[in-house]
Amino acid sequence: MTRERVNARKNAFVVSAWATRQRVGPFEAQGKQAPPLQCRRWMRRVLSLAAMSLLCGVGAQGQVTPQRLLDSAKEPQNWLMYSGDYAGRRYSTLDQINISNAHGLVPKWAYQTMAGGKFETTPLVVDGVLYGTGQDDRAYALDARSGRPIWQYQRALPADIRPCCGRVNRGLAILGDKVFLGTLDAHVIALDAKTGNVIWDVTSVDYRGGYSFTLAPLAIKNLVILGVSGGEYGIRGFIDAYDAATGERKWRFYTTPAPGEPGHETWEGDSWKIGGAPAWITGTYDPLTNTTFWPTGNPSPSNRGAGRAGDNLYSNTLLALDPDTGTLKWHFQFTKHDEHDYDATQVPVIIDQGEKHLIVQADRNGFFYIIDRATGKLISSNPYAKVTWSTSKDAEGRPVTAENGSPTLEGNRVCPGAAGATNWMSPTYDPQTKLFYVTAREQCDIFSTAPQTYEAGHAYYGSAYFPNDDAEPFWGALRAIDPTTGELKWQWKHPSPTWSGVLSTAGGLVFSGDAEGNFMAFEAASGKVLWHFQCGASVYSSPMSFAMDGKQYVAVAAGSALFTFALP
Amino acid sequence: MFSRTRSDLAGIRFLPVAATCLVVSLLVLPVHAQDKNPFAGDAQAAKVGESQFRANCAFCHGLGARGGGRGPDLTRAQKKHGNADADLFRTINEGVPGTAMPPNGATQQGVGMTEAEIWQVITYIRSVQKKAPLQVPGNAAHGRELFYGSAACANCHMVQGKGGRLGPDLTGTGSARSIEYLIDSIRNPSRRLAQGISEAMKEFSQEYETVTVVDAGGQKFQGVVLNEDNFTLQMIDTREQLHLFEKDKLRSFEKTRESLMPAYDERMLPEKNLQDLIAFLLVADSAVGGGQ
Repeated sequence: MTRERVNARKNAFVVSAWATRQRVGPFEAQGKQAPPLQCRRWMRRVLSLAAMSLLCGVGAQGQVTPQRLLDSAKEPQNWLMYSGDYAGRRYSTLDQINISNAHGLVPKWAYQTMAGGKFETTPLVVDGVLYGTGQDDRAYALDARSGRPIWQYQRALPADIRPCCGRVNRGLAILGDKVFLGTLDAHVIALDAKTGNVIWDVTSVDYRGGYSFTLAPLAIKNLVILGVSGGEYGIRGFIDAYDAATGERKWRFYTTPAPGEPGHETWEGDSWKIGGAPAWITGTYDPLTNTTFWPTGNPSPSNRGAGRAGDNLYSNTLLALDPDTGTLKWHFQFTKHDEHDYDATQVPVIIDQGEKHLIVQADRNGFFYIIDRATGKLISSNPYAKVTWSTSKDAEGRPVTAENGSPTLEGNRVCPGAAGATNWMSPTYDPQTKLFYVTAREQCDIFSTAPQTYEAGHAYYGSAYFPNDDAEPFWGALRAIDPTTGELKWQWKHPSPTWSGVLSTAGGLVFSGDAEGNFMAFEAASGKVLWHFQCGASVYSSPMSFAMDGKQYVAVAAGSALFTFALP
Repeated sequence: MFSRTRSDLAGIRFLPVAATCLVVSLLVLPVHAQDKNPFAGDAQAAKVGESQFRANCAFCHGLGARGGGRGPDLTRAQKKHGNADADLFRTINEGVPGTAMPPNGATQQGVGMTEAEIWQVITYIRSVQKKAPLQVPGNAAHGRELFYGSAACANCHMVQGKGGRLGPDLTGTGSARSIEYLIDSIRNPSRRLAQGISEAMKEFSQEYETVTVVDAGGQKFQGVVLNEDNFTLQMIDTREQLHLFEKDKLRSFEKTRESLMPAYDERMLPEKNLQDLIAFLLVADSAVGGGQ
């Protein structure tokens, strides 16, 4: 019996004993009414919340069907996937908290993971239960009203995993009666949403090659789709799809093409075998064209182009895939032959405005890309932060690396720095203001390069980067951008670069955090700060919103705690 | 047996029982490194170690291990936290509590290193390390007199608990910064204020920016920033009083990166005295620094 199964059994015992004692589910355990009554109470309380009118029509505590995921907009009280909807908008139609009352927000409860390191989760909320993850592959289900745990799970990880950038996890996917976790030892696990018991556990790949999972998977139809991390180890990147019921792998899309496949010619010699191109942020999905969009990360080694001459497809690329088969429909490469670790692993956001069917990405390389979603053709690319790596564009309008932009042995100053003009933290698109909001980082670094021999499972950077010696400190900003033009509408300056994502809501609000520990509510139209709360630790996560008992909550992870806020 | 390298482990993976026992043991028992570097003097290992160093250490310790504004110059023969191979291994693997030196793999920035890789890094450090202990021409005893006397450093800086607290405590600075950096910080303190590491280690990021505020009552305070966010300012004024202000309640707020510390040019601090002061800072954390 594996260690995780032992843990699962323990969890099962604890939960079942608790359930026997209570003879009821989580709602009743908190001394509250059962779901049908709950619904009536909600109905009474929330009539003013037009957006919540369908609250009880979806069968509270029912299975999360693929149709419910498609219709996530009909369940504003729930947060059914990492970005809130398939379009990747991270937008909540709840409006109880709005520009007129946001100043009165108060903390309602906090949940402590009791773990160190970066806490990057965006929780899901389904019918009153919050499902989150934590450092070291923790997962948990909480009563969304009180934060009290229903079950808690922690994977027993091998002692020799060495994930590059923290023992982090960004969240779960839910489908049917299961939640899905990608682990730091490169397994994919289905947990029983009611108990936390492990239902299936499959090995995606041998973690000792430097592979891991850190992202929240994406559930589409009956599949669980996720991409691998490991761009610092010379992996061969891929995106996998698993049958949600059985864990059987249905397809794998390798992000570096093998001999005979299109794009293979963009790699020198055998460099494709260790070419990196991970896919460590959750993709998006357009049901109308049945296309799922996945951005990929840097080619390996990240800071050395010598030895992998060529564009290095499909590194730093937006992939349009058929979710049923994993077949590539089109691709768009943001940074060709990258030497600055400019992973394109930002959530690609689907935006429709009139006749425009766009997919937009504020890329780590500092450019805001507007792409025709049907064809993958670039419409425009303009900087949204300071950029020096590129000073010109090719015939298609793509930024190309400047002659003096490459790393050198002793180091070469380039903007944006290695952490990028933004990073994995989510942007948001607000269909009311029609603006796109993104956390921008104004930091330039000194990039060095040196030869390095590849050894499986070992760090494979080809040297490093350094903070530059500029007199002025690094800073950051929350920026509001017109996604049809790339034009900057407003910005709020952060004292230092932050790793917080952004949430927008129908209350006319945008929520985001900063490295100084503040979590803030902004007026979406103007950027005016309406409220702030000091969390006591930098925010390394993307916020979300849900509703319970007629009350809207906003949740964000900071330090080792998941905080929730609501009106008094 | 607990110092096995990754490749050693791979060699026994076909013995499932032994491997399981080893893994279980590793999980249960603390790992004790061997005392001697298995790669000592191996030029090839030093080369591999340089790659690891660039990826994992150079961020603070600089290319070539020459140190800089964030981490000690490791080419010095004498290492602050122990000079033996086992000391270096411990320092790298476990970090130095209370300092910016994190345990191996815990920076949340780079990758962790295996034991073999740590030894390779140590082999590299040995290959660039100077043979003789650091010799500086200055007179540390006279430097101490200057520090507490005519140069007036102690008005704002502390060594071993004695002195002011407006500026950084300099007890460990001599061993934590390169000599070039120390000289630059004295001759031209505003060129680079004290450097933080990164926001992942916010606790080390005080940069001693100069701040001047006028509160709602019209009272003026000047000093250095201790903590600041978009809404609040925590500062120490020139009388070493701690203040917390809400920015929107201030009448005025001005912050500059022009240091409160005067630039000690040749006239204020002749070259000879500068050398003496450097000599003092280099031993500030020893008994000499404490005046014994």
